[in-house]
Amino acid sequence: MTETPIRGPRVGLFATCLMNVFRPNVGFSAAKLLEDAGCTVEVPANQTCCGQPGYNSGDYEAARALARQVIETFENYDYIVGPSGSCMATIRHDYPVLFQDDPVWLPRAQALSVKSWELLSFLADVLGATTSDAHYDGTVTYHDSCSGLRGLGIKGQPRTLLGEVDGLKLKEMEDSEVCCGFGGTFCIKYPEISEKMVEDKVRNILATGADTVVGGDLGCLMNIAGRLKRINAPVKVFHTAEVLAGLADGPGLAGAAKESD
Amino acid sequence: MEIRSKEFKERAVFAIHDASLQQALGKARGGFVGKRAQQAAELPEFEQLREEAKNTKNHILDNLDHYLERYEAAVTAAGGHVHWARDAKEARKIILDICKRVDAKTVTKGKSMVSEEIGLNEALIEHGMEVVETDLGEYIIQLAHEPPSHIIAPAVHKTKDQVSDLFEAAHGGPRKTEVADLVNEARRVLRDKYFRADVGITGGNFLVAETGSSIIVTNEGNGDLTQTLAKVHIVTSGIERVVPTLDDATLFLRLLARSATGQETETYTTISTGPRRADDIDGPEEYHVVLVDNGRSKMLGGRFKDMLRCIRCGACMNHCPVYGAVGGHAYGWVYPGPMGSVLTPLIKGLDNAYDLPNACTLNGRCASVCPVKIPLPDLLRELRHMQHQQDITPAMQRRALKVWRYIATRPKLYHALEQVGARFLSAIAKDGSIRRLPLASGWTDVRDLPAPAGRTFLELWQGKRGQK
Ligand code: SF4
Repeated sequence: MTETPIRGPRVGLFATCLMNVFRPNVGFSAAKLLEDAGCTVEVPANQTCCGQPGYNSGDYEAARALARQVIETFENYDYIVGPSGSCMATIRHDYPVLFQDDPVWLPRAQALSVKSWELLSFLADVLGATTSDAHYDGTVTYHDSCSGLRGLGIKGQPRTLLGEVDGLKLKEMEDSEVCCGFGGTFCIKYPEISEKMVEDKVRNILATGADTVVGGDLGCLMNIAGRLKRINAPVKVFHTAEVLAGLADGPGLAGAAKESD
Repeated sequence: MEIRSKEFKERAVFAIHDASLQQALGKARGGFVGKRAQQAAELPEFEQLREEAKNTKNHILDNLDHYLERYEAAVTAAGGHVHWARDAKEARKIILDICKRVDAKTVTKGKSMVSEEIGLNEALIEHGMEVVETDLGEYIIQLAHEPPSHIIAPAVHKTKDQVSDLFEAAHGGPRKTEVADLVNEARRVLRDKYFRADVGITGGNFLVAETGSSIIVTNEGNGDLTQTLAKVHIVTSGIERVVPTLDDATLFLRLLARSATGQETETYTTISTGPRRADDIDGPEEYHVVLVDNGRSKMLGGRFKDMLRCIRCGACMNHCPVYGAVGGHAYGWVYPGPMGSVLTPLIKGLDNAYDLPNACTLNGRCASVCPVKIPLPDLLRELRHMQHQQDITPAMQRRALKVWRYIATRPKLYHALEQVGARFLSAIAKDGSIRRLPLASGWTDVRDLPAPAGRTFLELWQGKRGQK
């Protein structure tokens, strides 16, 4: 007799736009973490963007068009999981609001909402992960991205898991919960204000003496990494998932190395 | 006060480069935020109080006409007068008429944001009256001929040195440099004005329907002197500030001081009910309340009703990183920060304040501290939506959104463009990043753009796993 293995949940991985273009490694890290935890991971090819740029620009119609596409693409999975508090908060909180007057799409939006998870929150809160077998040599400081923190309650999970990483020392920065100044199109529309904000963030990062900063949203991380690079500060920037998956072996965002193959 | 919110961008940039402003802002930020956090942590029921305050306010707003009528009846029964002002102009006229009738020469004022909102000082001065702000912060900015930059700390943008200069110029030397000396000097100058005042004007933090009382809170006691020493006391307040009972008022008082200044309670909480009674030892001969609508009843019926819960504590701006970067004057009108970014476009017009709802990262810190749980980021987004619907949003952005929507709803096209983009950016990158990108100068003027690896995640994944 052959034993039927207990099949873990079937997870549709949400490949955020920034990750898809700027940091594929985050996607592979997420997939590895999910698979190591027993999930079956699929990356549906029909996905693009969660629609947040439209929503936050006040173009609700465009946001709805994108939301319908995401719902159709992911509603048959057990879960939709993404390595971004920002995109996942949009799916979880904003989709039901966008369709509040739509009797057809509202139930579908709600159904997807409750099975949508930010990666770290999914690993810790749904799958109950408390340990990590990764190794990382360095002192790491963690930036709380706003949507993940305030929208999804992500605060302890990444810290707990990072604390489990062998060789990693966690050092808190001042004002880790204060916005880094990214804010989507904000950083391009109001560059001077954004600069002031990222300057403050970077000062707090440098004050910790950490050699690495990690966080859960690529938008913030690109903003922070870009600023660190601009002022020639030798601090590496990784997504939390990369560190936890043991795939943070390169120079990090805005680092010097290119894809080798 | 004339609205200058259209100049938000220029004023913001100017503020960022103003070294003394930055010094003042940095100092204030740390103080308010830390003290509020400590107060919230020390009161186990703090979160519960916020929820209760939100529900109570919602109940009040749902029955606002009822409570306002009760309030008016109670004020009248106590010998006071209630005046209704539909807009700023009516409010100014009502107050001017009272002042003229009693032949007022000197008018003292406790801090009142509504009086800023209706442009009261200018009107009184124009009619030959001497107007004296008695709140220390307001007094400072009055000397500087500036509007307030914060709703509870109007002179928060001034450094101590600047205050020393202002006082020396206004009062004569010797120049004081110690805070205590500066405060004493202001106190001495103001003392005399209180006794000369014909009319004292204050705001009203809460209006109590059950008793017809107005409640003000201050840290300096200046409000008490303003409202008890003048012959006439005029309260200016928004129609939304009514609360049913004194008990309800205490709920909000517990939240107000903690949220505003991080104090358990403000130093002075003063309840006034009507004019001086026969056996009172002091108090005004006349007591008036001017209830100002100025756009509020319009908010009541719509999607911005939540904003009317605001108790003007200032916590949202204290915790706002944009406010922290640019200060209050950049916002260009009376109310700055997150609450101002919602109120200003609603009161003064969406197109008069395009930037205010947009200059926000929607980071949500304001809503997380607001004592009455106003979903400020949602309201700001809602304003963007209205701007979009009314074609107030710049044409460039509207076109960009159209193109984006067209592409993003066509996955194959979207991915093809992402692939081109990733390769292009990777090719022009040096040392892992791009220093200058003409079409994205908003990004690259202040930071490098981290370079992509060359191929997109979806490409690589399909290559490795062949999955659909
Ligand atoms: S919006 Fe909330 S936090 Fe801001 S001033 Fe009003 S009550 Fe205070």
